[in-house]
Amino acid sequence: MLTLQCPYCGVAADETELSAGGEAHLKRFGPGSSEEEFHDYLFTRENPRGVHFERWRHSHGCGKWFHAARDTQTLEVFGTYKAQTTEPPKDIRDAITAKRPGWTWRDVA
Amino acid sequence: MSEPVSALNKAGFDGIAHVQEIGLQGMITLRGNLAAKDLKAAASAVAGVAMPGVNEANCEGERGLCWMSPDELLVLCPYDVVQANTAQLQQALTGTHALAVNVSDARAVFRVSGPVAREVMAKLCPVDLSPAAFSPGMFRRTRMAQVPAAFWMVDEQTFQIVCFRSVAQYVFDLLSVAAQPGSAVNLF
Ligand SMILES: [Zn+2]
Repeated sequence: MLTLQCPYCGVAADETELSAGGEAHLKRFGPGSSEEEFHDYLFTRENPRGVHFERWRHSHGCGKWFHAARDTQTLEVFGTYKAQTTEPPKDIRDAITAKRPGWTWRDVA
Repeated sequence: MSEPVSALNKAGFDGIAHVQEIGLQGMITLRGNLAAKDLKAAASAVAGVAMPGVNEANCEGERGLCWMSPDELLVLCPYDVVQANTAQLQQALTGTHALAVNVSDARAVFRVSGPVAREVMAKLCPVDLSPAAFSPGMFRRTRMAQVPAAFWMVDEQTFQIVCFRSVAQYVFDLLSVAAQPGSAVNLF
């Protein structure tokens, strides 16, 4: 069972109180982009066994979207942070490095 | 004018705790910038209580303010003045980026009371309801089994629950099953 702390209301929300929103920090490619870029935006996703960044919504609570960094294999949560963030903040990246030295994820690390 | 009737017409159930639909309650959803002076003043003027903090309910009798999210309050007032109070809020917030809507008839309100009221609620919600973690004055939005709900404690032995009117019967049945005679767990 996954428990994520909502960065807006501070509640330690059980998984059943949340909705999963897929991979975090996708860059949108729309009109004017190449077919390749649009294809990747629509379909190409990370599917790691280990460190991952995701979007979640506190749907049965305060209703806000937020980000979470966790390990998909162990369900360990490295931290959560607000949706108004275009890349993982330094404290989150440091927390991951402390526990998973040498981790990689897209071009973030 | 038609005569307003609450979802379950004040249905009740007695088990290890008492379950009661409390009838008509005025409820106004107020959305906007909760840090804005105008909004705080307008909400407090209508409810007659101070602004609640994050995850708090500040209630006195039928009136109160509940913190729903970083940009949403639930304003409680007697049902017979809810239309006037909604208009008063809208008037006070003219020109402000805010929204006040009377949602009284879209909701149902229950009370669960008794020495093991905490247990009845804990059976249904993924929330730590031990006395150390949840106490009167706090407010929680969560789910009860399959449906969204919000609640706070009126006193140490009484929960007040708000849910959508369309699931009022479901929530009443849930609470009644969770409060079946002989089902006490004696956890808290
Ligand atoms: Zn939240």
